[in-house]
Amino acid sequence: MTATAAPQLHSSNTRTSTRRPATRSSSRIHGSPWGLAARITIAVVVSAIVMFPLYWMLVVAFSPRGEVFEPGIRLWPSEFTFENFAKVFGQFPVADWFVNSVSIGLVATALTVVLNLLAGYAFARLRFPGRTALFMLALATMMVPVQVIMVAQFRLVADLDLVGTYWSVILPAAAAAFGIFLARQFFIAIPDELIEAARIDGAGPVRVFLQIVLPLSKPLIAVLILLTLMGSWNDFAWPLIALKDPDLFTLPIGLLYLKGQTTPDYNAIMALALISVLPMVVLFLAFQRYFVQGFARTGIR
Amino acid sequence: MGYAFLGPNLLLMTVFLFAPIVWAMQLSLQETIGFGDPEWVGLDNYVRLLTDPVFWQSFGNTIIYTILTVPLQMAGGLGLAVLLNSVLPARGVFRTMIVLPMVISGVASAMIAVIIFYQSNGIINKVLVEIGLDPVEWQSAGAPAMASVVITAIWLRLGFNMIIYLAGLQGVSPELYEAARLDGASRWQQFRAITVPLVGPSTFFLLIMNIIASFQVFDLIFVMTGGGPGYSTSVLGTYAYRNAFQIREQGYGAAIGVVLLVVTLLLTYIQWRTSRTRDLVG
Repeated sequence: MTATAAPQLHSSNTRTSTRRPATRSSSRIHGSPWGLAARITIAVVVSAIVMFPLYWMLVVAFSPRGEVFEPGIRLWPSEFTFENFAKVFGQFPVADWFVNSVSIGLVATALTVVLNLLAGYAFARLRFPGRTALFMLALATMMVPVQVIMVAQFRLVADLDLVGTYWSVILPAAAAAFGIFLARQFFIAIPDELIEAARIDGAGPVRVFLQIVLPLSKPLIAVLILLTLMGSWNDFAWPLIALKDPDLFTLPIGLLYLKGQTTPDYNAIMALALISVLPMVVLFLAFQRYFVQGFARTGIR
Repeated sequence: MGYAFLGPNLLLMTVFLFAPIVWAMQLSLQETIGFGDPEWVGLDNYVRLLTDPVFWQSFGNTIIYTILTVPLQMAGGLGLAVLLNSVLPARGVFRTMIVLPMVISGVASAMIAVIIFYQSNGIINKVLVEIGLDPVEWQSAGAPAMASVVITAIWLRLGFNMIIYLAGLQGVSPELYEAARLDGASRWQQFRAITVPLVGPSTFFLLIMNIIASFQVFDLIFVMTGGGPGYSTSVLGTYAYRNAFQIREQGYGAAIGVVLLVVTLLLTYIQWRTSRTRDLVG
């Protein structure tokens, strides 16, 4: 799905390009010191509200059990404790869940990115009958939600004898189409001359793709890897249906499992929530530019 | 050669996307309870939909959820984009904080929201009592439960709306504001007459993408309320799941899925007709 308004993946990114108007004339437009103070205040208040849930997750994860639900407003733990982490690791196969999430995430990402690069290149640069029709078909299914296909897919996975394996989650994830569009848009923008020159030198499509196109595509590959990994790491509805054995759970399914206990321990749940969100937060802070480009370009979230 | 590049992806899409869609349509014309042999029942499932009050309630809730979340996300996103596009110290840090919830899973967000909105002594109710108000029945009353879901959804999606609007604002020339200012236009008049029309394409894109997303909402509601209390937060996504995998009437669940498919395809088509995407095809 593309936005008329979305930035070009390969040219500017929002962070650097937005500096331009700011330095030139915005200072004159928004000149008054009161205006600046008001804007800083609004920015601080909104950011504080947006950050509060994440802050609260930290507080609950490190508070003694039950403390946040005691009467009286307390905005930080009375003592900083790791008991919730000890409990969640001790009572549940959290290490397995983490390994499951990592394994599924890495394999699904590797598979999806390779397939999307190949398919995106075919749609962008190769000529074959039915190209437009196939592309339209893929485009049409891009936004189809899991609720449409979950019943049939559940039977399919059973028929293919994939129940109780990582593949029951990995293969349907790799069929998702959004990466194809991202790749196609990127490849279309590669100058014809580069590809023509290689072709005149006698290079076939495979060599052109491997030796000319891929080395130019590092930003695309970074965006694809990060978005696919995030999608897989946070995926919920389909893994909930496909993974029935608690030893096979991914972290989001494990979180739900903790909530489903007869007396859910919310401190333990927040400890696990923290474990589950931390890798994505770290990746986001390290590669924010690519995440933002990917979100803007595909409209997924 | 094209087919060789496309083949592996096409194979997976055929098996795990196209085939299940067709199969889902077939299942929606069958009655399947548990894992017994399916029985053809024609349009019975769809007739049943029309007379099922919970389906209509879920449909209505989906629309209410959409009407409450989409305009607020977009207004908030536009306001923040304008704010964080202006001269501001530590602007990048503010942007990072607003966008950060986008990488938090729906399940983790919902869990945090459950704790924050906890009815007996959750932090929000404690603050409300402290300032002299009554605690809100976030879990046991329908409207507050819907409100809690809506607030959480806006929190999750605000960053996305801001990103799209920030990108849209890059195309607006600063000279326009300068000219308007020389003509004596106030800040608000500038916003109404320049900013809003010129980010029109972003607005339309966001409108469609947000509506699609809100019609498909599942994780947040499933974890926060499970569709309850009663069916007061039940939406199409959770009701389809409930029928297919909790009540185990898979044919009926598939029929609800087909309704979602039709809505999705319709919205995707509108988006596609009106965006530059169509120029990129072929």
